[in-house]
Amino acid sequence: MEYLTYDGSFEGFLTVVFECYSRKISPIDIGKEKAFQEKIFAQKEFIATSSEKAERVWKGMQNKLHTRNKELPLFAFLSEAPGIEIMLYRFIRRIFNTSFSIETDFGDPDVLELKKLEKKVMREAMRVPQFVRFQKTSDGIFFSGIEPQYDVLPFAIKHFTNRFADQQWLVYDLKRNYGIYYDLKKTHEVVLSEKSFNTTNGKVAENLLQEGEKIYQALWKDYFDHICIDERKNLKLQRQHMPQRFWKFLPEKNYSN
Amino acid sequence: MNSSVQEKLKILADAAKYDVSCASSGNNRRNPGSGLGSAVACGICHSFTNDGRCISLLKILMSNHCIYDCAYCVNRRSNDRPRASFTVDELVDLTINFYRRNYIEGLFLSSGVIKNPDFTMERMMLVAKKLRQEQRYYGYIHMKAIPGASPELIHQAGLYADRLSVNIEIPTDPELKRLAPEKNFKSVLTPMNQIHEGILTYKEERAKFRKAPVFTPAGQSTQLIVGATPESDRQILLLSSNLYHEQQLKRVYYSGYLPVNDYDKRLPAIQSPPLVRENRLYQSDWLMRFYEFNAEEILDPAHPFLDLDVDPKLAYAIRNYHLFPIDVNRASYEMILRIPGVGVQSAKMIVDARRFRRLNSYHLKKIGVVMKRAKYFITCNELPSKAYTWEPERLKTQIVSESISKYKKAGDTQLELFPLVLQPKKEEQKAIMVWQH
Ligand code: SF4
Repeated sequence: MEYLTYDGSFEGFLTVVFECYSRKISPIDIGKEKAFQEKIFAQKEFIATSSEKAERVWKGMQNKLHTRNKELPLFAFLSEAPGIEIMLYRFIRRIFNTSFSIETDFGDPDVLELKKLEKKVMREAMRVPQFVRFQKTSDGIFFSGIEPQYDVLPFAIKHFTNRFADQQWLVYDLKRNYGIYYDLKKTHEVVLSEKSFNTTNGKVAENLLQEGEKIYQALWKDYFDHICIDERKNLKLQRQHMPQRFWKFLPEKNYSN
Repeated sequence: MNSSVQEKLKILADAAKYDVSCASSGNNRRNPGSGLGSAVACGICHSFTNDGRCISLLKILMSNHCIYDCAYCVNRRSNDRPRASFTVDELVDLTINFYRRNYIEGLFLSSGVIKNPDFTMERMMLVAKKLRQEQRYYGYIHMKAIPGASPELIHQAGLYADRLSVNIEIPTDPELKRLAPEKNFKSVLTPMNQIHEGILTYKEERAKFRKAPVFTPAGQSTQLIVGATPESDRQILLLSSNLYHEQQLKRVYYSGYLPVNDYDKRLPAIQSPPLVRENRLYQSDWLMRFYEFNAEEILDPAHPFLDLDVDPKLAYAIRNYHLFPIDVNRASYEMILRIPGVGVQSAKMIVDARRFRRLNSYHLKKIGVVMKRAKYFITCNELPSKAYTWEPERLKTQIVSESISKYKKAGDTQLELFPLVLQPKKEEQKAIMVWQH
């Protein structure tokens, strides 16, 4: 019986799962090393991340999971919900230990909870392709800052790469301080040491924008205002679909000349 | 880009806003690697207007000049209002630049009839053609087919567009003729049939050679105006059902009549659009498309109008009280779908989960069943049915009073009293599905 800690990454967590299996440990709890630092436990062990071990657990799970649940462990993990690690650990043990599929056993509180967390994170992941707004900079790069609640930027890579194959773009997570840059051939994860944009709302300094950028933003705002049917005004419904925390990134909601 | 484009944009967005269809869905088109854009099967909403509707496409008129005089339309020729027309290049430029900035999923182009149907259709078709051929644009294009345009032009438009639609607007022929003297059912149904046949031919040829030219791969849709004319909901639903089955339409949209031309005495005098009725029609449409209901079950000849107090599924359950209570641990998926308070997702989860254990009301609640509503219609492990103890009419009063008090607490605008019970769920489903392709 032990407390196990890891570096906070998904790979790190999967490594913990691997160690539990190979060394036959049944942990009392699993947590990020950082979160556990203050607490003094008699038996606390830090497990160093190993890509290989993580890979083996991931592959093993993939064989067991139904197509529609392939990403469930990752999405649920990203929710950072309290106790998520031990819950996922129990779930993974159950899928490895039963010969039949238990993923649809919604009477089991773990399965149901994980499904819900997955949905929550997925919904947030979906908001990236919805609410990213590119600004064209003078060097021809389409830039967007955004701040999703969870670390979901990577899920948008495939979508953006396919859609904007013929333009250079950079989507930057302002909260986690990293971005994805596409150079017309492939994508790179980047960290910008110098920020030529407002770190709160992602707006690029005006002198660095391409000529015409402001005009398209203004046109978009005009369009937004004029397509609305005033007789049917329903601000609550609007907020429900488009959470207010994204408004600062949207020229239609936060245009300034 | 200059200020004239800005003015035109304002005028022509204003003129386009009453067309409700927003879906950019129904087709997957992958960018071959060097072009711009892709279409994803379920569409993405990029923004939401102050009226809470999704903005997915740049929905715009090419022109609001019109030679026709339809009573229900703001753009009719007898109205004195600012008029404008975009050039083909202006529209191409706007679409591309909005698209590159991730404002939109694509273009939804409609238009008033400028000189004659062919002149109008040809310019619309050119916009799509230029986008595809000159800009190598692979994003979504939805175009209106102009009734009366030549089959050749409609065919060409179908080669570039993902979806073509013809709006019926008024649900019966005599009423349509009365309000739109230049139109009749035939003029609307002719292009609709042509598109339908085009799609069938395309599908056949696709099956033989993979390289056969694509023809409106996302199918066609139409819009009906509700409340401008005296048709019953039953007539409307039977028409929709027919359009789904016979014409294989992808969507029928309902638009609550807005009194835009209140001087016209052929139209009813109303203060505000019939939003509740519109919502009930959407709910019924939803029941037909996803809950395996048919139009006759939703409204029979004795009940030609939808009940505005309760949603159509609940109304059905109350009318057909003898079919309940339903045992969730045994009943078929189709029957479970009919329980008020159970959605498609929960119905599927119930069927999956009951293989592992007998479900009780705690499980059902966790799965997402609205027990407050469902409890009158089910039996499960421990829950004895209360259903039989209720008189249908009393049951309805009971449920209505429960839900009214709930929404009184929630609302911040007047509209909240009439919650969009089924609509938001649709968006949610969309949101989830995008990642699964
Ligand atoms: S043809 Fe279309 S644009 Fe012209 S008046 Fe009729 S509905 Fe309006």
